Amino acid sequence: MKNKKLPAAGIPETEKVSEAQLKFEQTEKKHQKLVKICRLLVLLLFLGVWEAAADLGLIDSFFFSSPSRVILCFVDMLQTKSLFIHIGITLFETVVSFLLVIIISILAATLLWYSRRLHEIAEPYLVVLNSLPKSALAPLLIVWLGTGIDTIIVAGMSVAIFGAVISLYTGFLQVDEEKIRLVKTLGGTKKDTFFKVVLPGSVPTILSTMKVNIGLALVGVIIGEFLSARRGLGYLIIYSSQVFKLDILITSILILCVIAMGLYQLVQLAERIYQKRL
Amino acid sequence: MEQTILKFENISFSYHNLSGETQALNQVSFEVKKGEFLAIVGPSGCGKSTILSLLAGLLTPESGNITFYTDEPGAPAPGIGYMLQHDHLFEWRDIYRNVTLGLEIQKKLTPENKSKVEKMLEDYGLSSFAHKKPSELSGGMKQRAALIRTLALEPEILLLDEPFSALDYLTRLLVSADICRIIRASKKTAILITHDLSEAISLADRILVLSSRPATIRKEIPIHLSLPDNSLLAARNAPEFKDYFNQLWEELSDEK
Repeated sequence: MKNKKLPAAGIPETEKVSEAQLKFEQTEKKHQKLVKICRLLVLLLFLGVWEAAADLGLIDSFFFSSPSRVILCFVDMLQTKSLFIHIGITLFETVVSFLLVIIISILAATLLWYSRRLHEIAEPYLVVLNSLPKSALAPLLIVWLGTGIDTIIVAGMSVAIFGAVISLYTGFLQVDEEKIRLVKTLGGTKKDTFFKVVLPGSVPTILSTMKVNIGLALVGVIIGEFLSARRGLGYLIIYSSQVFKLDILITSILILCVIAMGLYQLVQLAERIYQKRL
Repeated sequence: MEQTILKFENISFSYHNLSGETQALNQVSFEVKKGEFLAIVGPSGCGKSTILSLLAGLLTPESGNITFYTDEPGAPAPGIGYMLQHDHLFEWRDIYRNVTLGLEIQKKLTPENKSKVEKMLEDYGLSSFAHKKPSELSGGMKQRAALIRTLALEPEILLLDEPFSALDYLTRLLVSADICRIIRASKKTAILITHDLSEAISLADRILVLSSRPATIRKEIPIHLSLPDNSLLAARNAPEFKDYFNQLWEELSDEK
């Protein structure tokens, strides 16, 4: 406290923080620090136990690999440059199918919002398609569309799109009825209602739907790659399991973890920027 | 104040849904004179808001006629401004873009109208808040912003649907006085719906008492308060105030 007072000579009195507040902030900071340290410890503990178990022969590192083997494998794959192609392909497919899901689901939800009748007709179909396990569709997509990138993108979309339409439509409906009434009293049409109230009011819903869909698109893309691709992380996983190169398999899974986290963080960043602007 | 601005003649209206029909209004008729401040009171759920929705054209009467009169024959029908119970300012727009919402919707964002809005913001003490978000304003300021949004379209008739009910009591007294002063100064015609009897007496020139649903007009009470000045807080101390209050109270408690 005392050394805090020294530079306060030129600062107005209002900036002074009470002792209780300082204490509270300190406890809160301590708590957050502890959480961060524990998170890191869990990871390190897991890696340490894994490595030790493999080195001591408690687990067969041929099947279970080990952190050191994963690192060696990763460096090796980096050197042959093949890893970049696989990662790049999977990322590209995921981002494209995610963007298409967002665009198409907003358009579809808009259409359903405009016409109550259309929504009521479409509802049972949407519900069925949404609950259908989408991996069942993938073989069909391969027959119809071949084994190219477009099949994988459609597979990625198929996992996310129906749920996205349903949650966006529900979000559109939750906009305050009275705000819609307000636009009508100001002489607004249905189009004004949509663009002045429903759409801007639904931005938080759109962002939270995006957060779910980025993960779902990745799931769909990996399913697609399992079945038909010659490149991509999904292909790498299937291939390495078939030839029993489990180092490659586990390395790929770990890379997928990083990609999933990165994509999610990206959408979260978009959400933060929006909230800050508000 | 002599000229009639609108006539509401033998209006009936029902709400329909699959479980049946609810009659809201039954043969309701009244007239409003230009510049008059009319208050409508009645038991809750009696169809007060339905009257405003019909006047604003959000609903169409099942029978009867609503007629608007203009100063000169051939002039466009008087514009109607509607103030809802809550301010409903949009959080994703700043105050300026909120108050110009009506102009934007009706594609009337001319430089002339913009400067009118800016003047109103200044008159009502909001100009330094023009680029703030609604959540940064107090309840009274938000209500004033909502009034500017309504007045920006220059309506002849203002419909007020319990516009103060969401405010706390103290703010409510101040804001209703404030808004009433603005309406009187701009010589607008106003129709206020309220269930606050003292608010109705202190603001209105005439009070319509509605019966419970389906609403009919039960009583019409012209209000004349002898006031030293036009201050609304003084209205509550006028000698006639408590007589009007008791009269209204009896009418309404009979209904229950």
